[in-house]
Amino acid sequence: MGSIQLKSVKKAFGAVSVINGIDLGIENGEFAVFVGPSGCGKSTLLRLIAGLEDVTSGQVLIDGKDATNIGPSKRGLAMVFQSYALYPHMSVRGNIAFALKMAGQGADVIEQKVRKAAATLNLTDYLDRKPRQLSGGQRQRVAIGRAIVREPKAFLFDEPLSNLDAALRVQMRVEIGELHNALKTTMIYVTHDQVEAMTMADKIVVLDRGSVAQVGSPLELYNRPNGLFVAGFIGSPTMNMIRGPSAEKRGAATIGIRPEHADISTTAGEWPATVRLAEHLGSDTFVHAEADGIGPLTLRLEGEAPLHPDQRIFVTPREAHLHKFDKDGKRIG
Amino acid sequence: MATQQTTTAGRVLVAPSVILLFVWMIVPLVMTLYFSSLRYSLLDPDNVSFVGLQNYTAFLTDPDFLTALYNTLVLVISVLIISVCGGILVALLMDQPVFGQNVLRLMVIAPFFVIPTVSALVWKNLLMNPDSGLFAWIARSLGFDPIVWFTNWPMLSVIVIVSWEWLPFASLILLTALQSLDEEQKEAASLDGAGPISYFGYIVLPHIARAITVVILIETIFLLSVFAEIYVTTAGGPGNATTNIPFLVYKQALLNFDIGGASAGGIIAVILANIVAFFLVRIIGRNLEG
Ligand SMILES: Nc1ncnc2c1ncn2[C@@H]1O[C@H](COP(=O)(O)OP(=O)(O)O)[C@@H](O)[C@H]1O
Ligand SMILES: [Mg+2]
Repeated sequence: MGSIQLKSVKKAFGAVSVINGIDLGIENGEFAVFVGPSGCGKSTLLRLIAGLEDVTSGQVLIDGKDATNIGPSKRGLAMVFQSYALYPHMSVRGNIAFALKMAGQGADVIEQKVRKAAATLNLTDYLDRKPRQLSGGQRQRVAIGRAIVREPKAFLFDEPLSNLDAALRVQMRVEIGELHNALKTTMIYVTHDQVEAMTMADKIVVLDRGSVAQVGSPLELYNRPNGLFVAGFIGSPTMNMIRGPSAEKRGAATIGIRPEHADISTTAGEWPATVRLAEHLGSDTFVHAEADGIGPLTLRLEGEAPLHPDQRIFVTPREAHLHKFDKDGKRIG
Repeated sequence: MATQQTTTAGRVLVAPSVILLFVWMIVPLVMTLYFSSLRYSLLDPDNVSFVGLQNYTAFLTDPDFLTALYNTLVLVISVLIISVCGGILVALLMDQPVFGQNVLRLMVIAPFFVIPTVSALVWKNLLMNPDSGLFAWIARSLGFDPIVWFTNWPMLSVIVIVSWEWLPFASLILLTALQSLDEEQKEAASLDGAGPISYFGYIVLPHIARAITVVILIETIFLLSVFAEIYVTTAGGPGNATTNIPFLVYKQALLNFDIGGASAGGIIAVILANIVAFFLVRIIGRNLEG
């Protein structure tokens, strides 16, 4: 069991309000990702759930019970920190066993649980090493192991992959996903990287300056962003935002079109443009173009596209994939 | 960057200071060694003769020597225990966010800047004096007889004074160590269910172990040679109750006017200090590695 509800949770540090009233429900077994730009309050929200910070007002419910005034160790949640926060003078075994030892479990039980966690995380050969003798990925796994043995109601991850290099990040992303499939425990995962959010989440919570901008599955957010902020945040490369006559013609203040949802022609189309740069990735071609009277556009074409800088092209958005926003940045239709 | 040339240049450049330091150390040592082999009394300075190891046997077989050795160890160990344990407590308190933190820290550190002679005089005349001292006044106000510190509790008095001088040093070093403890580790421990005592025992103490080692090593070096505090307060007495090795050497030289015997005592003190240092580094030195 591990469902988590937030009821108008607010947090202020002194006079500065960091979380401005958040209502949110996370179901048992769900993989929820909090995503948003740096400084939007993701870590603070996670720490409020963990009990490492006190809410200024509002309630945190765990499994339907009010946990607002319960201490961090009593909430039954485990957290993996960005810096890992391993205990440097303890071996890997000592680190993983620490919570069990604090809970007063017997030596046999502890050893058995540590072995099981180590086997799950490929750490069996490293149990007697100190954290400083491990690579970044291994440290990350120890931090996860320390969380697993507690058999928590939910795992909380705060940007756990940001200290790893790109290749390892992809690998650990897959491992955490597999772990979630195996354990079926609720996980809340904080990241500023929308790719991590899109690839891992059952449910994405997009945060903007201390408020929830939108909640939904990755594809819901991709297909129907409810405003300019989410539209610009989700998707890579980012959505093209166009104002002016072509937007007004469609009855919107701003229209958005994703790079993969526009057609390019060399003869005719809606927006005449000049190619500035074509990035050939093999599977895709990213075209950076300057549209006359509109500004820069990014386009994504499948496969090889025979385009070169300074070439004149015509760009036409696919109407079905156009996103329309009113003057307040809210979605229309 | 360590080419042959830069290495040689480096050696040439540090040579003057190394040579100076070496001479600075070796000349007094050799002179002391030389004097320690002489029968050389200031009462009879014209009559100097070579006596070999006789001064050493005399110093070592003197019953005062064992008393002094014992007193030295009692003083060093007591002050170490008080200043390290007290230092940890003070550091833990100073690490809490309180009003006027910076002023408080400065005040705690202040005793370290008072020279030993002055602090001993302050303790002797203003605090522990049985007629006019603060402690006597407090005792009388509460209806007790004042304690005659330097007569009835001489060693304890010296220990209190020396501990007072070294507590700030220990507190300061340990506070610095404490403040370098990662905040997220504290949070991880609290999530892992560690209470204050477990947190201290399993996380804080190992973290500051190295700083404790440094405090013990540095303090030991200075505590083996405590002199001014004893000279000012008890003058080694009553009897030999507060005579440590440095004070015994002083007595030999300037009260008994025996330069040869005092030199032998000095050399023995050096050897003892090295033995202590050897064992200390063996026992706790591995904390400094890695
Ligand atoms: N302990 C604190 N005291 C004061 N301000 C804080 C504290 N922790 C975070 N903040 C502020 O709250 C905001 C959100 O921080 P954080 O939750 O760490 O953002 P994120 O994790 O999304 O990057 C930031 O502006 C930060 O400066
Ligand atoms: Mg953060």
